[in-house]
Amino acid sequence: MNKSIKDKGWDELELGAVLFSFNNTVNYTMAEVLPEDRDYAETNSKNAYVGDWRVFKPVFNAELCIDCQFCWIFCPDTSIISRDKVMQGIDYDHCKGCGICVEVCPTNPKSLLMFNEHEKNEDALTQWPEKSKKGE
Amino acid sequence: MNKKIMELNEIEVWDGNMANSQALRQADVDVVAAYPITPSTPTVENYATMHANGYIDGEFVMVESEHAAMSGCVGASAAGGRVATATSSQGLALMIEVLYQASGMRTPIVLCLVNRALAAPLNVNGDHSDLYLTRDSGWISLDAFSPQEAYDITLMSFKIAEHKDVRLPVISNQDGFMTSHTAQNVKPLSDEVANKFVGEYLQVNAMLDFSRPVTHGVQTEHDWHFEHKAKQHAALMGSFKVIQETFDEFEKISGRKYKMVESYGMDGAEVAIVCLGSTYESAMLAVDQLREEGIKVGIVAPRVFRPFPLEEVAVALQNVKAVACMDRSAPGGTVGALYNEVAGALFNTPARPVLTNLIYGLGGRDMTINELKNIFRNLIKDANNGKLTGKIQTLIGVRGPELSFYEQ
Repeated sequence: MNKSIKDKGWDELELGAVLFSFNNTVNYTMAEVLPEDRDYAETNSKNAYVGDWRVFKPVFNAELCIDCQFCWIFCPDTSIISRDKVMQGIDYDHCKGCGICVEVCPTNPKSLLMFNEHEKNEDALTQWPEKSKKGE
Repeated sequence: MNKKIMELNEIEVWDGNMANSQALRQADVDVVAAYPITPSTPTVENYATMHANGYIDGEFVMVESEHAAMSGCVGASAAGGRVATATSSQGLALMIEVLYQASGMRTPIVLCLVNRALAAPLNVNGDHSDLYLTRDSGWISLDAFSPQEAYDITLMSFKIAEHKDVRLPVISNQDGFMTSHTAQNVKPLSDEVANKFVGEYLQVNAMLDFSRPVTHGVQTEHDWHFEHKAKQHAALMGSFKVIQETFDEFEKISGRKYKMVESYGMDGAEVAIVCLGSTYESAMLAVDQLREEGIKVGIVAPRVFRPFPLEEVAVALQNVKAVACMDRSAPGGTVGALYNEVAGALFNTPARPVLTNLIYGLGGRDMTINELKNIFRNLIKDANNGKLTGKIQTLIGVRGPELSFYEQ
């Protein structure tokens, strides 16, 4: 892709406004290429900031996480970053704040909690609840 | 080509629906998703029978509504298959949202639209309300006036829609009942010749091509929407060339000639009507009978309704003194669509025939040879007076006092 889509006239745009995910032909196994090494096309949503619908954000507490990968599996927007099955954090550029990751987190207390978007993550971590007892 | 060949006679007796079904079968469609509705039901019903009898290799999907039928078609087309469906009237109305998706997403779907009135009051008979509802939808719209033409045009629709320079969906129109349920002689092509004519399906940005992952049906706001609609309109206008090439190629294998604008009796005609659908063939008889009396009248009928062949219509009407644009759809508070198109076509040309707009045949109301002869005789009066004898728009064939609008 030589010319940016932003500079293209009507005659240069793709038919039916389709958006390609990658540059060039994918003749390799995508799962074997790390995201940072993938040849994402300009029009891939990877390159678009779409996190601005969020009112509440999930905050990740690494000290409590057991790396079960539930959040990674359930996240509808692939916004949980995990590497070699070790949880790394949240992709805030694409997370919409739906809270599913918090819902499925099995630890006690949870390793992911929702906080106001304007709250700083380091402040959020100081407000973490204690372990809840049976029946609480 | 389907594995099982159907042996056809040189001349078959088919109604317009069977003509559609056979054309769909021969085109070797990958996916037909449909929800049958009168009067297009037999198009789908015959097709399902052929499918059940092993004559169709493609998928036939029964869906829960026409909205779902067209949605299924868009999905299957984006996935990379040849796709078709059929509907009428209320079904088309329910489909309309997805028609815009189909054209905007540039999915070359073929829709067999058997024209029927739109409710209310509910009515299953033929008029052009549904055809007119598709006017701005971005689909190519072709009109068949007989079962033979329905067969030919449905076959040609695939070739036009899927052409690399077009990639737009096509509607193959025919009149409900008058064409769809009237069995006539139809000369089909053999399965082999028909299939070869339509050709292999050309995939463009298919979703099932995993080597080029692609997103269809995207959102664009003020920054790109206009460019994409411009590109779509340019493709629609550019399709004239492909339509003409397809007509020419079809003539070579069938001997049947199609034109952007059909005409009859226009040599030396003093007056003309402009119409669509089966009225064209009725009017041919009226023209013949009047010509025997020495009254020179003719007919002009756009074969291609969208894109509208404005230049050809203007040329066809340069030498007449009066024209009646016959619209078979309630115009909803203005003049009919054909009146608008014809007036627009002639405005920048030297010709200034007296132009009237006749609203007729709503809900399947018959248009007889005698009525057509009266229309022609009234046009001759207008031509002789050099001006309108009545108002611009008149509803004809309706009971009650004369109903006409717009003073000249």
